[in-house]
Amino acid sequence: MGKIVLMQGNEACVEGAIAAGMRLYAGYPITPSTEIAELSSIRLPQVGGKFIQMEDEIASIACCIGGSVAGVKSMTATSGPGFSLKQENLGYACLAEIPLVLVDVQRTGPSTGMPTSPSQGDVMMTRWGTHGDHPMIVLSPSSVRETYDLAIRAFNLSEKYRTPVILLMDEIIGHLREGVELPDPEDIEIVNRPTVEFPEVKRKPYHMKKGQMVPAMAPFGKGQRYNITGLIHDESGFPTNSNEEAEKLIWRLMHKISDNYEKIVRVERVGMEDAEVVIFCYGGTMRAAITAMQEARAKGIRCGIFRPITIWPFAEKELAEAVKGKKKIVVAEHNYGQLLYEVERIVRGECPVSFVGKYNGTVITPAEILAKVEEEL
Amino acid sequence: MSKMEIRLAGSGGQGVILASVILAEAAVQAGKYTAQSQSYGPEARGGSCKAETLISDEPIGFTKVQSPNFLMVLTQKSLDVYTKKLSPECMILMDESLQVPEDFPFEHVVRLPILETAREKVGKQQTANIVAIGAINELLHLTDRETMEKAVLMHVPAGTERINQTALDEGEKLVVTA
Repeated sequence: MGKIVLMQGNEACVEGAIAAGMRLYAGYPITPSTEIAELSSIRLPQVGGKFIQMEDEIASIACCIGGSVAGVKSMTATSGPGFSLKQENLGYACLAEIPLVLVDVQRTGPSTGMPTSPSQGDVMMTRWGTHGDHPMIVLSPSSVRETYDLAIRAFNLSEKYRTPVILLMDEIIGHLREGVELPDPEDIEIVNRPTVEFPEVKRKPYHMKKGQMVPAMAPFGKGQRYNITGLIHDESGFPTNSNEEAEKLIWRLMHKISDNYEKIVRVERVGMEDAEVVIFCYGGTMRAAITAMQEARAKGIRCGIFRPITIWPFAEKELAEAVKGKKKIVVAEHNYGQLLYEVERIVRGECPVSFVGKYNGTVITPAEILAKVEEEL
Repeated sequence: MSKMEIRLAGSGGQGVILASVILAEAAVQAGKYTAQSQSYGPEARGGSCKAETLISDEPIGFTKVQSPNFLMVLTQKSLDVYTKKLSPECMILMDESLQVPEDFPFEHVVRLPILETAREKVGKQQTANIVAIGAINELLHLTDRETMEKAVLMHVPAGTERINQTALDEGEKLVVTA
């Protein structure tokens, strides 16, 4: 471990990404994610990478797709309005199995909303924003240090499963500065995509051995040409209308993630051993929850926190376990109620579910969470 | 000092956010926990701007100021807005050019010519935020002078070190001679 440095969440995202091997950033700046673009433009040339400001958000993710196909770890960052625009190519990357990291630093919406104000209103959009059945891995940090760690993890998961990964930040953490101690580069685990050399590909770029779920990836532009498409395709990479092939492909895309649930899903539990009331939160809301929990415990209420670090796939098993025999679960999120419905779906009446939501551009305070924790106890 | 909640407010372009960042940097350099954040409108200059620095001996949960120990205001508008729901125990540092409202209930009010000092004595209006830091550190004793100077120099543009050291000195002097 090195010395402690003052760092902003958005800066930690860039440093983590570079540590993970990001060598291309393509983006279109938007508050509150702009520092990610700004710092990438300074840092990437220093490590032999490339920064490019594209004409818009659609082109930015398209550029990342191109970069990644050529074998370069690529990232783009945006906020709500830009995230809307990126959905089409996000789906393309899911179907064509192209690793990339998309950072969404959420601000108050809908539309251009309140550019400098915190929100968590994009959380369902990260899951279902792009059309069609598709897998999605989404990670959400609650501190500057965790932003660094999850930027690395986002790249690792993306590479391992050949799928886009969303680092879902919010203005609270993106614009927060705190002291962080970064890990030694030697202690960082880096995962690189499975690759295959030409001519082994033999015109079948999506060919897999029996039991294999993720095809090895041939770097584009270094040998034999092959086809990449957003249409349903077979192992040749060319489009097909075969219903059998369509089912096989979509089933595999879903299962390459769901079969690895245990390896992907991470949660944090604080004070859960003896808790009778559980606060459910994620991202920047965690910070208010920690203070609320401390205040509740000072008043003699046995309160704990359950925080999904992986937002999608949703931590269904862990949450079902966590609420067993509890008096209440309080869901706190900066929106009108989104993951609330996932929580209700999993809790299924095991205990009452109450809600603290905020959508006026201010942050949820510890007092607001505490009030719900204390209610009807 | 167990926990300090510091709020700085002014107009966009006055360097309020940078001042808040420098206070956080000084806290890190002094081995403290800190959380620094800001809020502002979409405009780059001229709008209202608020920046917050928490400094604590313990890890920090909630990252925003809840009940400030210290408020600095550099514009009349920020004085009017941010003193409304303030605890009477909060220390207030205000620029001398601002009008003190009638029935101002606060016990610790410090009026200093921050903007004028930057303009006239240091010779550069943009150093007002560093003048303010000098005054704040002298009032709150957040860190020793050396640490604060180091924090300032880590965050000001290259080539402006000398004028910012002067600004820091002048800020300190305002409190010492007040």
